[in-house]
Amino acid sequence: MEKIIFYILAVSILALSLLSVLSRRLLRSAVYLFGVLSAVAGFYFLIGYHFLGAVQLTVYAGGIVVLIIFSILLTHEIDHKMERPGWLRAGAAGALCLAGAAMVIQLLSANPWARVEAAERSDLDTLGVLLLTPGEGGYLLPFELISILLLAAIIGAVVIAKHHLGGSRENQENQPL
Amino acid sequence: MYDFTPLVQAIQNYLSAHFSPGVATAIEWTLVILIYLAFYAVLGLVLVYVERRICAFFQLRLGPNRVGWQGTFQTVADAIKLLLKEPVTVNKADKLLFNLAPFIISLAALMVLSVLPFARGLQAFDINIGLLFIIAISSIGVVGILLAGWSSNNKYALIGAMRSGAQIVSYELSVGLSLITMVLLTGTLQLSGIIESQANGWWIFKGHFPAIAAFFLYITASIAEINRGPFDLPEAESELTAGFHTEYSGLKFAFFFLAEFVNMFTVAAIAATVFFGGWMPFHIGDWEAFNRIMDFIPPIIWFFIKVAAIIFLMMWFKWTFPRLRIDQLLHLEWKYLMPLNLMNLILMAILVYLGWHF
Repeated sequence: MEKIIFYILAVSILALSLLSVLSRRLLRSAVYLFGVLSAVAGFYFLIGYHFLGAVQLTVYAGGIVVLIIFSILLTHEIDHKMERPGWLRAGAAGALCLAGAAMVIQLLSANPWARVEAAERSDLDTLGVLLLTPGEGGYLLPFELISILLLAAIIGAVVIAKHHLGGSRENQENQPL
Repeated sequence: MYDFTPLVQAIQNYLSAHFSPGVATAIEWTLVILIYLAFYAVLGLVLVYVERRICAFFQLRLGPNRVGWQGTFQTVADAIKLLLKEPVTVNKADKLLFNLAPFIISLAALMVLSVLPFARGLQAFDINIGLLFIIAISSIGVVGILLAGWSSNNKYALIGAMRSGAQIVSYELSVGLSLITMVLLTGTLQLSGIIESQANGWWIFKGHFPAIAAFFLYITASIAEINRGPFDLPEAESELTAGFHTEYSGLKFAFFFLAEFVNMFTVAAIAATVFFGGWMPFHIGDWEAFNRIMDFIPPIIWFFIKVAAIIFLMMWFKWTFPRLRIDQLLHLEWKYLMPLNLMNLILMAILVYLGWHF
């Protein structure tokens, strides 16, 4: 049963990623990307790593794709299609993709795969304790660093969004609406 | 007393005795899917009827009362009408996305339904991260709304979709934060665990002021998240005809309609589970006799009583308050609900740290 689901997910990831690259309508590409990201979340659920699956859905499928779709909604006409690339560009891109695929396949087949038993308890409790443990084996420092990075990003976004409000009064009045 | 685990176990044993494991699992999945689809449809029909009667009551009208006893079959007739209607497709719409959008929305609504515990042992998917899963899935529904609005190639639909995008993304934060406030008390995200932790009293009583505040913040934010009045700006009949589903007709429109009502049920069910003890009966301290009588009422009835009360509260809101403007709506979230939620979270953390809750 799990095998069948695995193959359904794998095939849909492959097909949808191809479609999202090849589609000439921007919003359809975004929707195919949404499918790919959801299918990856499906993999996490399949191996029993529910937390990562839910985070994948929230952050990628529900967050980033919504952001992409939102910006497409604001900028795009419905019957606008991307132009078909010329033969030279298509050929070059195809060759590059084949080279990349060849490299990945070579690396994967050369890698000695070992079977690892999954950790017994990969649930939220363990994760929470590890995230807030300082010192050996804990991730408190990276956790705090990421919080500071995100805070800096938020403040930066506010500054950029509000920069036209600063400066002299004349500057503000001349601002085109 | 009313435990569904033996029943589920019996079905499991019967199936695994008569079929190979793979087939047995497939049959179980099919059963669960059929039950949930049927429940989804019936829930929609019942809630539409209730909404119309309650709306009529608030507006001093009678509401539907001709088809069947007190008009109970009105929504069945409506459903048949919707099934027979022609599904109009807009000529210049993006057909693929136009047809895909109702399915994404229904899928999100149905998936959230699957983790709700209706009674002891009556839960399809008792996942370890229950509440997080609900938040994750409900963040997918907005994709369907955005797609519906854009692919209709209609300015009202597009404006509706834009509004709903801004609204849902903002209000999701408040919903998440108010639930996290309660997770501080429950100590688990698993929905069955949350209910077990309320065996000696519901969190709304045990959690003092922060729990009550969290309940009101949750209800306000989640009404906005599921696009119900007074926050139904994405639809706003008077300004946008019907918002993001203006161009939909027949069965596809029914999908949106159904998902909206089922989402309302889900929100009420989560509130009932987290704040009011889910299917736990109402007990008062050491009133032995009273508690025994309450225990006689089956848990599933308790669950639906609580959910119905919260749904009534939400309908009351809808037919009492006027609709907000979009800037007022976003102000409410970012300037009031969010800071209040953060303060409430800190208050609750202090309370739990000092062990002041029961």
